[in-house]
Amino acid sequence: MTGFDFPPPVMPPGVEALRAEVRAFLAQSQAEEGWRPDSDFGSDWSASFSRALGARGWIGMTWPAAYGGHERSALERYVVIEELLAAGAPVYAHWVADRQSGPLLLRFGSEAQRRAILPRIAAGGCYFAIGMSEPDSGSDLASVRTRAVRSGDGWRIDGTKVWTSNAHRSHYMIALCRTGPAGESRHEGLSQFLIDLEGDGVEVNPIVNLAGKHDFNECVFDGVTIPADRLIGREGDGWRQVTGELALERSGPERILSTFHLLAALVEAAGPAPEPRLAEAIGRLVAEFYALRAMSLAVAGRLEAGALPDVEAAIVKDMGTRFEAEVAETLRRAVPLEPVAGDRDGAGGNAPSLASALGASVLGLPSFTLRGGTNEILRSIIARGLGVR
Amino acid sequence: MSDETLRLIEQTADDLFAAESGAARAALAKGEWPEGAWQAFAATGLAQAALPEDAGGAGLAAGLAVLRAAGRHAAPLPVAETMMATLLCHAAGMEAPPGPLALSTTAAGEDGDGSTVRRVPWARFASAVAVVGPEGTLTLRTPADVVEGANLAGEPRDDMALSGPPAAAGTLPPDTDGTLLMALARAAQLRGAMEQALAMTVRYASEREQFGRPLARFQAIQHHLAEIAGEAAASGAAVDAAAEARTPFAFAAAKARASQAAGTIARLAHQVHGAIGYTAEHDLHHWTKRLWAWRDECGNEAHWWRVLGTDAGQGGGAALWPMLVAAGTAGTDAAAAAGEGARP
Ligand SMILES: Cc1cc2nc3c(=O)[nH]c(=O)nc-3n(C[C@H](O)[C@H](O)[C@H](O)COP(=O)(O)OP(=O)(O)OC[C@H]3O[C@@H](n4cnc5c(N)ncnc54)[C@H](O)[C@@H]3O)c2cc1C
Repeated sequence: MTGFDFPPPVMPPGVEALRAEVRAFLAQSQAEEGWRPDSDFGSDWSASFSRALGARGWIGMTWPAAYGGHERSALERYVVIEELLAAGAPVYAHWVADRQSGPLLLRFGSEAQRRAILPRIAAGGCYFAIGMSEPDSGSDLASVRTRAVRSGDGWRIDGTKVWTSNAHRSHYMIALCRTGPAGESRHEGLSQFLIDLEGDGVEVNPIVNLAGKHDFNECVFDGVTIPADRLIGREGDGWRQVTGELALERSGPERILSTFHLLAALVEAAGPAPEPRLAEAIGRLVAEFYALRAMSLAVAGRLEAGALPDVEAAIVKDMGTRFEAEVAETLRRAVPLEPVAGDRDGAGGNAPSLASALGASVLGLPSFTLRGGTNEILRSIIARGLGVR
Repeated sequence: MSDETLRLIEQTADDLFAAESGAARAALAKGEWPEGAWQAFAATGLAQAALPEDAGGAGLAAGLAVLRAAGRHAAPLPVAETMMATLLCHAAGMEAPPGPLALSTTAAGEDGDGSTVRRVPWARFASAVAVVGPEGTLTLRTPADVVEGANLAGEPRDDMALSGPPAAAGTLPPDTDGTLLMALARAAQLRGAMEQALAMTVRYASEREQFGRPLARFQAIQHHLAEIAGEAAASGAAVDAAAEARTPFAFAAAKARASQAAGTIARLAHQVHGAIGYTAEHDLHHWTKRLWAWRDECGNEAHWWRVLGTDAGQGGGAALWPMLVAAGTAGTDAAAAAGEGARP
């Protein structure tokens, strides 16, 4: 068969009780902490929220108990994280560590690395940054130039990483570095390292994004020396490892839900008897979301079965990020509304107006189809999955 | 039913339609009923596939797998209509007549004015026409006073007078919606046709060379292929999810999503095929015409979007998420509306 099936996974028993538990927790947390709902996983950073989640056992859910995990299935984890996103909870702090850095360490890290770090992540108190992109290496990740060379008992690293989200407030970065010749495939000679952002002497320079926020950074490695035990996995295996990491980075429900709070706002604004054109616009989004969620769940089912559904994940991310943008566009047209930046419309506090929620999304949208791999690159991955190259 | 049984059923259907469809399409193009192909299909018992297991079928998912295969091979037979009419008869406690059945449902504009039913698929060739009426009535009629029509793919779509008493009449259970069922069936056929359009387009792009290399080497073409694959995958996922969830919302979303994808896929498949795909001789049009026809039958995307968009607002913004999760989950209250077993 040419093409891709997304069969619905068999959900584990008890999953709806878990869902109810998460909803109750979120309702209480929202009432007590007053966070403003925003379904973009990258919207709000709250260490206290992350710790509360960790205490509930909702970080590192699928990992072995020996490393602080909870030995739940990937589908249970899926239910928890989609509830967090749909409610617009402030999940940014632990998100990367839970989604990809922890699983990477679990799979390729040394026993000492796992024991030292995974329990801290699972507790909601240890955060990670992704050290892939560089000034001259974006989509063409294999071209990274940051170099790690053996020096004494350890490694010496020189180079610059860029767009490193949260490097200024994370404990660690996993950096992809060149350690040997690229070879014919260009994929040889790459290795991943665990960098201590607080102690290794990496220079972290803020980059303010167009929305005025400081999320990403430039990270300069000027002769940074690290001990030998910071190598993750095997020297030269970095490409294979980073590919697995990217599959995790791309496969989750955060690639379809970033503007869900706006969809809910649109439905609210339209009321129970929308005029036909508006009902049509909403129905279109809702049908699209329904299909995307089914696909996203199927990807989680494949992950649970031990597969690496990278092409399927690319399809969901390509279509999902375009859907996220369409939600904001539809809201803008349907509810004539001038988006505003920040809370400058005076609503502020815990009840931002629709105008500021829309403003945040309009300013956020360009990043949705870039971060984690651009849609153009995703489409090339899909084409390769069709046997075309 | 096991995955193995499901695969076996789909394989049987796939082999059958692969063998029969070409000649049957040629017959239909000459206005003839493809009796041989119909007999071959009838002999497999696949028309009963969608019935619940205790009624001699294999369940809704199996029925949809057969329809997917029928779409994949552009089988010019009333497979969906016979299968769904059989299922509705069972739900209403009526005996399904033997032979090819036609089915008239009530999505936008198809139910005529009460004295006629319009654009009924396959009516002229049917042994009986099942008519889903207002308030869940189901009647069986012998085709009479048929005014012949056709869809873009040349499949019979006939108007028929509802004169005289029906041959049989019954009532569907309140949780059985014939219109939604037929919409889901059409979505399953669309999904099969999309698969074939994708396969043909990938193959053509890999074989046809311009500028000294296969078209598939051009990134613009690769991205067209990726878009077709994505649209087809989304349609398939929506159909599979509907078979699992069995909620009215899910059925409507499946037809809406597939109808939306159909136009995009037909457009891109033709773009990649160039002029050769625009000829009567090339096979592509058998599938793209079905995509163009089927997307508007049983309610097009705009029709179902309006239904979904109105449903979505019933509880306000805060209720949207729980509603969407429940609509996609089997065994919820909403699922009762689409029923279990016999009730689609
Ligand atoms: C908000 C945000 C957060 C980020 N956080 C991180 C982070 O934490 N860590 C990290 O390592 N990186 C991060 N990134 C970087 C991100 O991974 C890159 O932006 C992305 O991989 C694209 O690289 P680039 O920006 O250099 O664009 P380029 O690769 O230069 O691409 C520019 C344009 O050209 C297109 N293009 C490039 N190559 C091809 C090709 N072969 N075929 C067709 N089109 C092509 C691209 O699709 C894009 O449209 C972040 C980016 C954003 C926007």
